[in-house]
Amino acid sequence: MTEHTDPTGVRIELDHVSKVYPGSKQPAVDDVSLDIPAGEIVVFVGPSGCGKTTTMRMINRLSEPTSGRILIGDQDALSIKPTELRRSIGYAIQQAGLFPHMTIRQNVGLVPGLLNWDRSRINDRVDELLDLVGLEPAQYADRYPRQLSGGQQQRVGVARALAADPPVLLMDEPFGAVDPITRSTLQDELLRLQGELRKTIVFVTHDFGEAVKLGDRIAVLGQQSKILQYDTPQNILASPADDTVAGFVGSGASLRQLGLLRVKDVALESRPSVHRDDSAEQVRSVIAGSDYDWAVVLDDRERPVSWVRETRLRHAASLSDAVEHLDVVSTQSTLEDALEAILAEQHASAVVTGPVGRYEGVVTLDTLIDTITRLRSEAGSS
Amino acid sequence: MSTATETATAGAPATTPAERIRLFIQPVLVLIVAAAVVFWAFDRDLTATQKENINAGNVATLIWQHLLITAAVTAIVVLVGVPLGVLVTRPGAKALRPLFIGIANVGQAAPAIGLLVLLFLLTARTGFWIGVAPIALYSLLPVLSSTILGIDQVDRSLMDAGLGQGMSRVALLARVELPLAVPYILAGLRTSLVLAVGTATLSFLVNAGGLGILIDTGYKLQDNVTLILGSVLAVCLALLMDWLGGLAEFYVGPKGLR
Repeated sequence: MTEHTDPTGVRIELDHVSKVYPGSKQPAVDDVSLDIPAGEIVVFVGPSGCGKTTTMRMINRLSEPTSGRILIGDQDALSIKPTELRRSIGYAIQQAGLFPHMTIRQNVGLVPGLLNWDRSRINDRVDELLDLVGLEPAQYADRYPRQLSGGQQQRVGVARALAADPPVLLMDEPFGAVDPITRSTLQDELLRLQGELRKTIVFVTHDFGEAVKLGDRIAVLGQQSKILQYDTPQNILASPADDTVAGFVGSGASLRQLGLLRVKDVALESRPSVHRDDSAEQVRSVIAGSDYDWAVVLDDRERPVSWVRETRLRHAASLSDAVEHLDVVSTQSTLEDALEAILAEQHASAVVTGPVGRYEGVVTLDTLIDTITRLRSEAGSS
Repeated sequence: MSTATETATAGAPATTPAERIRLFIQPVLVLIVAAAVVFWAFDRDLTATQKENINAGNVATLIWQHLLITAAVTAIVVLVGVPLGVLVTRPGAKALRPLFIGIANVGQAAPAIGLLVLLFLLTARTGFWIGVAPIALYSLLPVLSSTILGIDQVDRSLMDAGLGQGMSRVALLARVELPLAVPYILAGLRTSLVLAVGTATLSFLVNAGGLGILIDTGYKLQDNVTLILGSVLAVCLALLMDWLGGLAEFYVGPKGLR
């Protein structure tokens, strides 16, 4: 966890914003009002062609609103010269959009250059940013984009968007064109960066899983950018506003909810525990004295190292002959990880370790089912 | 770690290995052929009439005139073709595109000799510029259309990235669109150059000089030596220009695209 910092981002407010393209009767974006809090990631998610990208592009005036008002901080975006406005808003797009004829250094240093920073300041900033996105400056700064992999290009794209330290970042499906593993890494990196930077980020995607993972809030958009629901991922998953949202959330909603919660958020159950040095006889009596037929085996510092079941202990001379391999989850793990562990273990529970690896208790399938049921009833009543 | 992966810009004219070999062999062959024909023409008993044409001073002057015409044509073609190509790719001026393409098309479709004579008849004058102007019109199309093509092929997402970062239209043109169009423009210029060298053999008609004089004299006097010397040198000059164009494509194009 990074230390809590004040947001460097500013609030964005869309006030009855509409966009009608010339020659079209139907508005592409129809009367959208949205309040995007400072320092949060707000994800616009919706089907292709719903106007989510147009809505985002109106914030930096790549698309001019036909009517309505857009406030960035306390300034009216429409009162600022478009080029000035855009230099103060980071912009990252699909496939990075790096200029192939410029080096990585030139690409990242573009906006500072437009802002007339002096050369040494630009160079320092580029080095700093490449470090920030995990690319060694000495190795990558003087390469051309096509000498980088897709994932590396995306990182440069993010670095470029951050170049002039803008309070607001617009990201248009920035991770849409990379393979799933790279995408997941890039998402983690973005969350890590955001933990340090606390920008206001507007992120457009059609992947609801990505929205849940990244968003502090999600705006589910329908046709003409109509806001179907605007809420935290937890609440949207637990209680979709209508059938369209429910359809978009999809069948994996429960699993995604588990992915959002951590083991420390639920009450743990206890199971008998014994120590590695205990005799087989002692262990048998501990298990016999409990409601269960197995026990967690701890080392002398109370860390779980293995587990033992009654049936194997019956004929064993010592405890070490009967123990079986154990995988543990930590209190920081998600409930989705815990579910994975429960399904993999024959004792049908996930053993949880707390700080310094000490045994804390277990999570069972019942814990998970109770949690989801509780979330649904909470979301339904609120 | 993978190095080359999918990039936003595909389809820029690439330099193939075969092309590189050609770039190396072509000038060598041209120089050998040119030296051979000069040696062949000078190393024989020439009549007094022949000597008036075939002497080192005269041949050098004619080559020089030929090169001057070519250089002037190239300069005009670049100075007119590239800005016109840029103009008709601006969002506000797209309507002008068919007009200019049409003019350039007419210029190329009409026989160069016709354009030369027409301009002479219109102006009733002769000389260097009366020779250069029609040849420039004749060779304009490749540069104009390749500039348009080069700018049109710039990926929309790159334009979007540039504008989104706060580049002005002018900055976008100068720093993104034109540099990315350079390989295309150079390819067009190479074609224009070759056309210009070839048609410059006609400029003797309006008294603008060039190797065409040797060809014309040889033809009129039924003197094969003069005729062959003039034609072979003209061909060699064209191939040399083509080689220079190729060299420019290879070395002047943006580094990141190679």
